[in-house]
Amino acid sequence: MELTGSEILMECLLREGVDVMFGYPGGAILPTYDAMTKYPQIHHVLVRHEQGASHMADGYARATGKVGVAIATSGPGATNLVTGMATAMMDSSPIVCITGQVPRAAIGSDAFQETDVTGVSLPVTKHNFLVMDVEELAWTVREAFHIARSGRPGPVLIDIPKDVQIAGTEFVYPEGEIVLPGYQPRTTANEDELDAAGRLINEAQRPIILAGHGILMSGATDELLHLVERSGVPVALTLLGKGALPENHPLSLGMMGMHGTATSNHSIQEADLLIALGMRFDDRVTGNLATYSQHSRKIHVDIDPSEINKNVPVDVGIAGDLRTVITQLLPRIERQQRVDWLARIRDWQEDDDERDILHQDTGDRLLGAQVINDLWLHTGGDAVTVTDVGQHQMLEAQYYPHQRPSTLITSGGLGTMGFGFPAAIGAKFALPDEEVWAIVGDGGFQMTMCELATAVQEKTNVNIAILNNAFLGMVRQWQEFFYEERYHATPMFNPDFCLFADAYGVPNMRVTRREQVEESVAFARSVQGPVLIEYVIEKEDIVYPMVPAGADLHAMIRRPKPGERESA
Amino acid sequence: MSDETPMEQKVTLVTLVDNRPGVLNRIASLFRRRNFNIDSLTVGRTHRPHVSRMTIVVDARLANVNIIAANLRKLVNVIEVRVVSDEPHVSRDLALIKVRTDDPESRNMVTEICERYPGRIVDMGVKVAIVEVTAHEEQVEAMIEEFRPIGIVEMVRTGVVAMGRGIRIQDTQYEPPQMRAGTRDNGVQKNIL
Repeated sequence: MELTGSEILMECLLREGVDVMFGYPGGAILPTYDAMTKYPQIHHVLVRHEQGASHMADGYARATGKVGVAIATSGPGATNLVTGMATAMMDSSPIVCITGQVPRAAIGSDAFQETDVTGVSLPVTKHNFLVMDVEELAWTVREAFHIARSGRPGPVLIDIPKDVQIAGTEFVYPEGEIVLPGYQPRTTANEDELDAAGRLINEAQRPIILAGHGILMSGATDELLHLVERSGVPVALTLLGKGALPENHPLSLGMMGMHGTATSNHSIQEADLLIALGMRFDDRVTGNLATYSQHSRKIHVDIDPSEINKNVPVDVGIAGDLRTVITQLLPRIERQQRVDWLARIRDWQEDDDERDILHQDTGDRLLGAQVINDLWLHTGGDAVTVTDVGQHQMLEAQYYPHQRPSTLITSGGLGTMGFGFPAAIGAKFALPDEEVWAIVGDGGFQMTMCELATAVQEKTNVNIAILNNAFLGMVRQWQEFFYEERYHATPMFNPDFCLFADAYGVPNMRVTRREQVEESVAFARSVQGPVLIEYVIEKEDIVYPMVPAGADLHAMIRRPKPGERESA
Repeated sequence: MSDETPMEQKVTLVTLVDNRPGVLNRIASLFRRRNFNIDSLTVGRTHRPHVSRMTIVVDARLANVNIIAANLRKLVNVIEVRVVSDEPHVSRDLALIKVRTDDPESRNMVTEICERYPGRIVDMGVKVAIVEVTAHEEQVEAMIEEFRPIGIVEMVRTGVVAMGRGIRIQDTQYEPPQMRAGTRDNGVQKNIL
């Protein structure tokens, strides 16, 4: 069958199971947009800015583990995808970005809307392709999806010159096995590694599991639960690891790191064994490496061998798939209670509880923590939440416990403001039957709020919760602690978000008192299509605890207990 | 760098890569963004048309060589990475040195140096000669030092190429998938540069 390059692309996308893609047309990708009309099985979502397309593809991917697809034209269309690719790269999210390129003969001539996008995207993609021959297109698409979703997942870009999209050739789908000699991710551990890890776990007195995104990506939540219950080892979660273990589990200590629970951080510092599973010792979870968990042996399991011994030297490093490795490890693990260690941890937890803002009298002020807690309460703790970046994100991590995997979607590694709202739209496409909330701040929302038009056009049933403190709250917090309260460039002029929603015909509500939060959830649930709720919260609130950047993990700035004076 | 910086620690990696456009750029980009230090890098074809071979000498003081190798292996176009400086190996550097020979004394000295080193005069002009030397890097450097007082006019070095000793063969069965599928390859050699 003779097909054009664009048709071959669409045929291959169909065979990869693609049902939706997020994009924006333009000259160099028009042949493919024209071919889309013959493939109604693949729904195209017209975004308002290509960055939104990349975050939607990312949100879609994180919600399901399926590969998300974004498509854009050459030049500015392609460069607008870069933030989304960098975000997906840092958080190992499988997306494929397809870009048009100027015709082959024009490449290198500074043609209209020409950018060397394979060059630009090189450091922020797992791999990328420039397809210079229509005969290579089908294999390239197969390889791109394979690379994106396997091993340590990540973004892959396919750049296709316009004349390659137009060129015709006889199309036979390449059914053969993908052979990439330079790409063979290791998945299983060897016996020696497993024996060594098992021995360390059985002998440890004060062990702690550090569970990260890898548990979710590998689908190892059941295996982790078995490991935890057999070994009696408590679990601290990374931000992206939330959902790896149900957070109401008695052995869950909550998040670790800069804004993690003091219990997690103290446990890590006093542990005699760290069992790091699918996490990468990011500076936001370790603090000062020189004083990080100095008295512990360390086991590190990660699919990516280059992560092992990168930041923290380990005693046992296992490069492998977590589901496979934990399954291999389980028979070596002895059943234990660890009474003394857990009692010590319980003391820290009681102290945490006492300092919790929810247990303190805060008068009439509406606080971000209260909004998140009440959203959790009234959504039954079972919504899919997609956050932006900043104080509201950390409050979500602290006050919205997740029981199921992949129900929190957030930009961890890159910390991309503007991610939350478009990623929530993408997540809703992936999970049409789930209740999806975009939880965003007033700053980040304004970076990508143009996508409200996309949500309206697509009738996407996504609930937008804006925690509006009229500040870039997290930056303001740093200015308060470390820059002598010089609030430069952090107070925000904001539009009237409800009027803004009105302009798009989007139902909306403003919440200023805590009693209204319950009503706002009911209201959001009653609306089909997008709905916007603005929560007007305390302007100068602080997320506690906080480990200052580069400080020792145990040197947290704590919220004072009731009756204590504030001390920073 | 302070006095505490350890002595230079050179490590030699041999890397087999797909012979495709842009691969050198991927390797160079990796070293730059990971802040790894390249001492020298040579690229050339192998006996297999689709495989190129790089010899990369790195300064492993700041970055652990295993981390560098693991990062190289993550590149899809990198087929194999071997730290040959950890094993018995042969390494060679080639230099062309244009040296002053405009009087009998300098001509004699150049000839004499070439006899003591694996060097030879490949071009003798009226005022200058070109000497070629192929040897271990340290020997090449020693020879250059001997030429310096005579007067080096111009010089070029290839950088180190290396090969492990013994029968372990690095590139055995690699054929790119497009070849297998019979949809590509017109037999034209593409240059990865």
